[in-house]
Amino acid sequence: MAFVTALRRLAHVRLREYSWRTAAVTSGAWLTSQRSFTSSSPSLRSDNKVTINFVNRDGEKITVKGSPGDSLLDIVINEDLDFDGFGACEGTLACSTCHLIFDEDTYKSLGPVTDEEMDMLDLAYGLTDTSRLGCQICLTKSLEGVVARVPESVADIRQSKDESS
Amino acid sequence: MSGHKMLFSGLKLWTAGRSRWISRLHDDCSTKVCIVGSGPAGFYTAQHLIKARQDVEVDIYERLPVPFGLVRFGVAPDHPEVKNVINTFTQTARQSRCHFYGNVSVGTDVSVEELRHAYHAVVLSYGAEGNRGMGVPGEDLPGVHAAKDFVGWYNGLPSCRELRPDLSCETAVILGQGNVALDVARVLLAPLDILKKTDITQPALEALAESQVRRVLIVGRRGPMQVACTIKELREMVNLPNTRPELMAADFEGVAEALKDLPRPRKRLTELMSKTALEIPGEKEQQRRSGASHTWGFRFFRSPVEILADPERSRTAGIRLAVNRLEGSGEGARAVLTGEVEDVTCGLVISSIGYKSLPIHPSVPFDSRKAVVPNSMGRVQQAAGLYCSGWLKTGPTGVIATTMNSSFDTARSLVEDMESGTLDVSAAKPGSQSVSALLEKRGVKPVTFSDWEKIDGVETRRGEVVGKPREKLLTVEEMLQVARS
Ligand SMILES: Cc1cc2nc3c(=O)[nH]c(=O)nc-3n(C[C@H](O)[C@H](O)[C@H](O)COP(=O)(O)OP(=O)(O)OC[C@H]3O[C@@H](n4cnc5c(N)ncnc54)[C@H](O)[C@@H]3O)c2cc1C
Ligand code: FES
Repeated sequence: MAFVTALRRLAHVRLREYSWRTAAVTSGAWLTSQRSFTSSSPSLRSDNKVTINFVNRDGEKITVKGSPGDSLLDIVINEDLDFDGFGACEGTLACSTCHLIFDEDTYKSLGPVTDEEMDMLDLAYGLTDTSRLGCQICLTKSLEGVVARVPESVADIRQSKDESS
Repeated sequence: MSGHKMLFSGLKLWTAGRSRWISRLHDDCSTKVCIVGSGPAGFYTAQHLIKARQDVEVDIYERLPVPFGLVRFGVAPDHPEVKNVINTFTQTARQSRCHFYGNVSVGTDVSVEELRHAYHAVVLSYGAEGNRGMGVPGEDLPGVHAAKDFVGWYNGLPSCRELRPDLSCETAVILGQGNVALDVARVLLAPLDILKKTDITQPALEALAESQVRRVLIVGRRGPMQVACTIKELREMVNLPNTRPELMAADFEGVAEALKDLPRPRKRLTELMSKTALEIPGEKEQQRRSGASHTWGFRFFRSPVEILADPERSRTAGIRLAVNRLEGSGEGARAVLTGEVEDVTCGLVISSIGYKSLPIHPSVPFDSRKAVVPNSMGRVQQAAGLYCSGWLKTGPTGVIATTMNSSFDTARSLVEDMESGTLDVSAAKPGSQSVSALLEKRGVKPVTFSDWEKIDGVETRRGEVVGKPREKLLTVEEMLQVARS
């Protein structure tokens, strides 16, 4: 299992690199690209896919599909979603940049949160009572249609306030 | 696995080739930006710029032959996950519109003014390499070190190689209660079996193997509700094998009552600390604690007064601490001297009261009180075309994610200025072309990113032999030698 994850991670890094470079040539279109090789992987058969709605920092809704067992971070990477800086530590619970906000019912249905996840969440910007780390949430069929909001980064809002005071 | 690899590297070649070709097409009308410093701030600023604008080219100048700043030389060796950001930085560096020039010290090898002539915009992100001193008598005694140097020593920062701290004493005192203090405490106390699987340097590992340090006191001016560390680092201390906490119940008076009004991060942090201090542990934990040969503890309400020397005045024998009381409450509480003092016997004092940015040149605005470059959203005040990001912009606090967000903000400001015309990009600029010529004239030979990848390869291979993720090269000479091989 660990090996499989590592392998997938490797593939993701490569994929990201690939689309980065394509984006560089297809001026403007940073994120979109069809990658036939991901869908050829047996774990990503379309029949048991789950729909996820991300709401990005500009409030736009982005609907994608993921496979049960993938983490929400995996999906952001697989689908090349352009959330700046998302997943900096690559899902190792060391950064809090994969912070996502849910509505209360969804939050409850996501199950218990470990102390370690809470610890990292405590460093997240715009922390709410229904915040989770995307790399710690595994997709299941029951999450069909889930809405996950990427919070705004407020680093400098705070800083500029400090300066003026 | 190998099939995957081939497919992807094939793609890489193809796309790399194409984008290079495209970039050559609009080489001369591109906006040329240079970044000073290749830590997280430098790389995140570059990432955002390259991504936001197809017509921007970014050159990163770095003093050392190796990139990544404090990710390599600060982050503790037992935090390898934190260093995963290097993968993203590497992707940025491999972009055709990004170039890395290591071994170039801005201010010495090339001036900020020269960079400003060569580029449309210059982003300063050279971090915080200075140190806040304690300002107490005896701080120059052998056995007293700045945390910055101690951290640099175990992480292989070339300038700290000669530190060779004397670890023959039983008690070490760390001044300051932030995450760096806890990193140092952990490294001093961690079982060797943990450390030897990390990228800690071999000399540090050997010194720690001989270390007699059994007890680490982490001293702070104020109380448990004011510590600057975060909960992850505290939990690591609480769970550190072969150690037991040494906290004083009296320090936690009134803390339980104040908890309910605290914001969640502070509340959870304080709860974990008081629980560790006050709760009678379960049987298993009791067993663990009584079997532990090492201890760590917070000493609250204490300020350093003087480092005490041994009778020969040749080395550190202790520290005199003033006892404080708190005035006010919460984050803003002030430590006030009570007049009482307390002496603690110790052979090692590590002061971890903060990093500090240094001015780079009189022509660049600098706020020496806050030790930052004065800026609004990363735009250096009264200096068109000059920007700053990272610890130089915000002061030396926060985690990499903080640095990331604030670096993206700086990049956004720069892009906004390009678009609004505030930043004049109409005239073509020579960029690295003219700087390279200057450097060549001065006998400075930059290290490219692929040169660094050679160093990286050698380090990783050396590490593999001894079961570590990498064995760092420890001198600039060695790095340059491998880079040029
Ligand atoms: C001991 C320690 C441990 C930490 N641990 C963690 C952690 O576990 N997790 C976490 O999230 N954050 C951690 N941090 C915080 C993190 O390291 C910082 O947020 C981040 O590195 C700041 O980035 P920066 O780019 O501003 O500075 P730096 O990382 O310091 O980068 C500055 C770069 O500029 C270069 N430079 C300096 N002067 C010049 C010059 N004149 N010319 C050219 N180049 C120059 C330097 O060599 C360096 O590479 C830690 C910090 C410290 C000090
Ligand atoms: S990706 Fe870093 S904590 Fe989730």
